[in-house]
Amino acid sequence: MGHDTAEWVFVAIVIAVLCYVGVDSWIVQKAVEDVPADAEVIKVTGQQWYWSFEHADGTKEISTLHVKKGHAYKFEIYSRDVMHSFNIPDWVVFEDAVPGHTNHAWFAPDQAGTYPIQCREYCGLLHYNMRGSLVVEDDKS
Amino acid sequence: MVLELQKPRPVWQIMFSTHHTDVGYLYLVFGITFLFMGGVLAMIIRTHLFFPGQGVLVSDSATFNRIFTVHGLTMLFLFALPVANGIGNILVPIMVRYKDMAYPKLNAIAFWMNPVGAALLWLGFADTTWVSYAPYSIIRAPGPAADMFIFGMKILGISSILSSINFVVTIVKCKHPDLPLRRVPLFAWSMLTVSLMTIVAMPTYASALIMMLTDRLGLSGFFNPFAGGDPIAYLHLFWFTFHPEVYIFLLPAIGMMYEIIPRFSRKPLYSQASGVFAFVMLGIIGFASWGHHMYSTGMDFTTKVVFMIGTLAAVPASGMHVFNFLATMWGGRIRFAAPMKFAVGGIALFFSAGAGGVLNSAMPLDFISHGTYWVVGHMHLFLIGTIGFGFVGMIYYMFPYVTGRMYSEKWASAHFVLMFWGTVQTFFTQHLLGLEGMPRRVYDYPTEFTSWTQLNQISTIGAWMIGASFAIFLASLIYYSAKGKEANMDDPWGIGGKYYYPVAAKNPHGGHSGY
Repeated sequence: MGHDTAEWVFVAIVIAVLCYVGVDSWIVQKAVEDVPADAEVIKVTGQQWYWSFEHADGTKEISTLHVKKGHAYKFEIYSRDVMHSFNIPDWVVFEDAVPGHTNHAWFAPDQAGTYPIQCREYCGLLHYNMRGSLVVEDDKS
Repeated sequence: MVLELQKPRPVWQIMFSTHHTDVGYLYLVFGITFLFMGGVLAMIIRTHLFFPGQGVLVSDSATFNRIFTVHGLTMLFLFALPVANGIGNILVPIMVRYKDMAYPKLNAIAFWMNPVGAALLWLGFADTTWVSYAPYSIIRAPGPAADMFIFGMKILGISSILSSINFVVTIVKCKHPDLPLRRVPLFAWSMLTVSLMTIVAMPTYASALIMMLTDRLGLSGFFNPFAGGDPIAYLHLFWFTFHPEVYIFLLPAIGMMYEIIPRFSRKPLYSQASGVFAFVMLGIIGFASWGHHMYSTGMDFTTKVVFMIGTLAAVPASGMHVFNFLATMWGGRIRFAAPMKFAVGGIALFFSAGAGGVLNSAMPLDFISHGTYWVVGHMHLFLIGTIGFGFVGMIYYMFPYVTGRMYSEKWASAHFVLMFWGTVQTFFTQHLLGLEGMPRRVYDYPTEFTSWTQLNQISTIGAWMIGASFAIFLASLIYYSAKGKEANMDDPWGIGGKYYYPVAAKNPHGGHSGY
């Protein structure tokens, strides 16, 4: 095999792997961004240095968010001051809270329990302490 | 490499000189000094994170935020850029066979802007993080630190534009007429690529800084949402400059490996053409991928796909460099002297960092890794793993030529082993921490996740090993430049002189006469 052939084979293999990564993430991301029509809206507001939540029925919560197992929820994420990033690592919910913008994320928890909520974008003095918790409860109704 | 030894001169003669090697030495001394200053900050950060809790080492989060901000700024702009410029200053005119840089006075001016910028960054000690995202940097960051950060970065930006213009003119217009551009050694090619990239990219950030300054003064509201602006605009301007800037930091290190690897493999380079092609490709494609830093800012699906393709497109070119290195080493009689150890270690870590980068650019995976310690581990594998290893290898490589003395191969090996092991332990572990969900830029972490504590401790021990390795490095640099054995200047490593191919060409203008 000549010099050039070896290099072109190598480049072709790299490109093939990249195509696989690209196509696969296109498919997954397309599926992830497809919000179910019946998702209940929860408004999430980030401000230095806590999260507050407003459910569709008007209930408000600070730092701790209660949701029901088996339901789909759509987060509308705002910020009142600087950039934050709303993150529930265990449910791969992650979207920046940008002042002046409304961003979206959704999830449908299928396991009851308590999970951490955190801020994943540097937002100043107490960024490390901008934590909350998500409580997924069994739906009794 | 023809670097003629000079008689010892008073320091002020070197400081006021405009000769390219003298300016190169100034850059090197400046850059290596700040490597150790930034390194001390890194040790403070890692030691503080050894235990969860508030006052482990740093007593408050305000100070901690300032420390990691200045650590980042120092390592990028006061270490990586100056050292690349220094080595470029020393080697590029020799490689293109010209008597000096094209504009010697401009060269000295560009260097002397660096201490001013450095003073502003260190005396200000801002807490904005090195990215200084709006609107935090505008409405909440305390002054005068944030304003000093803006002016410091402004000065460093102008300095890097000036030195880039100098490199481009030196390489393109001042090269020897018998030397076609495609035959110019690959290290000079890497400097040419990054200089062109700087000239295209840097003005964008310079303008963003001015907008940030007027926003802070309340005269405008470009990025301030409470005055009708948009913070996302800042992110676009910032990353349009600083994604290409990542390659600006990286490519000189790759160029240095191209100097080291053929010589210590005692074989000609596998392919000059493919190296040039890969540099040019990276230089162009580097501008197509800035949006992958912003997937989670509410970017729509199509834009994300475009930036993902742009990011993935840079990978084959990086892969061509790796292939070129491996094919050069293949079947060579390799001499694992210190420069070669660091170059080979750098290639291994470059490959690991690149593989992690592919995962970051894949949209769904980015939502897991973005803003976590995964990213910290990933970019440090580039910054220490590739750039650090390339630079340190090159510094060992130039050591006998600059000082006329030989470093100790034994201590250099100890440096290499500690630094390589430490890098792997520190930053591979941080990838895992990221997958566990730990956010970056945190002063403290909760005690209830035991895996966070364990992984942080493993990572910190690795960081101490890197710190120890650099203590060895500093001590050897100082000791062996004064007390080392005299080097055989024709062939310091005994690998056979004929492998010093294109640089050995004698300078047609008669070498040093420009003092």
